[in-house]
Amino acid sequence: MELVKPAFGLVFWMFITFGIIVFLLKKFAWTPILTMLREREQGIQNALDSAKKAKEEMASLQLNNERILNEAKAERDRLLKEAREMKDSIVNEAKSKAGKEAEKLLAAARESINAEKMAAITELKNQVAVLSIEIAEKILKEDLSSQDKQKALIKTLLEDVTLN
Amino acid sequence: MPKKAIIPLPVQHLSSVISRTIFFSLFFLAVLVFCQANETNEKKSVEKFNAGELIMDHISDAHEWHLWGAGDAAVSIPLPVIIYSKDRGLSVFSSAKFHHGHKTYQGYKVEHNSIVAVNEMNEVDAHDAIVNPEITKNLWDISITKNVVTLFFSCLLMLWLFISVAKTYLKNGNSAPSGKQSLIEPIIVFIRDEVAKPSIGPRYEKYVPYLLTLFFFIFINNLLGLVPAFPFGTNLSGNIAVTMSLSLITLVVVTFTANRSYWRHIFAMPGVPFGILFILTPIEILGFILRPFVLMIRLFANITAGHIIALSFYSLIFIFGEMNTGLGYGVSVLSVAFTVFMGFLELLVALLQAYVFAFLSAMYFGAAIEEHHH
Repeated sequence: MELVKPAFGLVFWMFITFGIIVFLLKKFAWTPILTMLREREQGIQNALDSAKKAKEEMASLQLNNERILNEAKAERDRLLKEAREMKDSIVNEAKSKAGKEAEKLLAAARESINAEKMAAITELKNQVAVLSIEIAEKILKEDLSSQDKQKALIKTLLEDVTLN
Repeated sequence: MPKKAIIPLPVQHLSSVISRTIFFSLFFLAVLVFCQANETNEKKSVEKFNAGELIMDHISDAHEWHLWGAGDAAVSIPLPVIIYSKDRGLSVFSSAKFHHGHKTYQGYKVEHNSIVAVNEMNEVDAHDAIVNPEITKNLWDISITKNVVTLFFSCLLMLWLFISVAKTYLKNGNSAPSGKQSLIEPIIVFIRDEVAKPSIGPRYEKYVPYLLTLFFFIFINNLLGLVPAFPFGTNLSGNIAVTMSLSLITLVVVTFTANRSYWRHIFAMPGVPFGILFILTPIEILGFILRPFVLMIRLFANITAGHIIALSFYSLIFIFGEMNTGLGYGVSVLSVAFTVFMGFLELLVALLQAYVFAFLSAMYFGAAIEEHHH
């Protein structure tokens, strides 16, 4: 029975000692330990959170980079296309301009040829007139050698004049 | 938030610590065999080996710390005796004055490990002294017994261990734990997250220091009780006075922190017809008393049983050895093997009982501060 009968002295010392160590350990051990543990846990949590955030930022940055790259590619393509178009238009314009110029030149050439032709024709006409007069002179000289013939001619000439 | 994923390092540490603990416990078990062999060989020359007496001697409290030897050849450390008697006043003297219970001193003698008053005030032989029941009834014995010394020792050990760990925490700041810290921290986190938080609820924090002290007190004393050599090996956490004090302190904490709803559920369970309360209330009150009582008995029985089993296996050696020396040696192999096995089991029990006591206390606190919504 001695085994299951609580001894007063031990209960007495237990209450005192256990009370004291609960108090001392709470004040000098558990409170600092638990506070530090909580702080460390929060620190770890914060670190994990910021790592996660950094990862997300990284992903968004990469996405952004890709977008920028795509935009740059599109821009390049657009510029190339524009340049090609510009080149084509310049070539076309030059071609059309050259055509016009040639036409103009042709027209001018044609005009001067015409003028030359007309001048030549006029010259030819004058020459023909002179030649005709000379021929006529010569013919007249021959024909008017006789009096009769002179008279006949004068007569016709006169008739013509009156008729006019 | 469970942090199971990040514990491999402390677990590794813990496992190496556990293997070291096992090694040392094996070593100490060997020492125990040696010590007891000495002790009982001397005893044999005096009287016949009495296993029951030996075991009871080991697991009960005493006013002196017996080291080795038996009878008059016994070597023990005397401890201070402090007695207050209503009739005789305060007496303080060394337990050496009792001469291992053979003499009376200042009108007191030791009988079955407890001090009783006798009529003779001068020093006489203890067997001749006549016990005075009147004075014995009003005797308050607050001697520093073997268990009280162990209590002081384990408390100093705890103070040193945990305050030095706390200092490491304050010094290291938020860096990873090291040294003793790595051993203690998983247990602290376990008590906080797996014992206090789920059983008490959101307002668990104010109970954590008490639960930690309770757990470590029981655990450390259980372990110290498993180490057979001086200054360990006392059956402190298996002493009914200690387990009673612990459960009473838990009861006191419950009584002082319990909310109105808890008391109402004991004395007048809401939503129950009036007539039924006559049956229910006594049951609830009984439950209120039984819970700490069960805590007390469970720890006492488990730890004392462990001590008794280990000692019984060793006693077998000497019981058989008295029949035949060769038989004693033969049985010793078996006994040591069994005790080593039991030693492992007791290591588990030491942890388990500390956990169970802390866990049930936490459940008890949880019930006391729970807010009921009907």
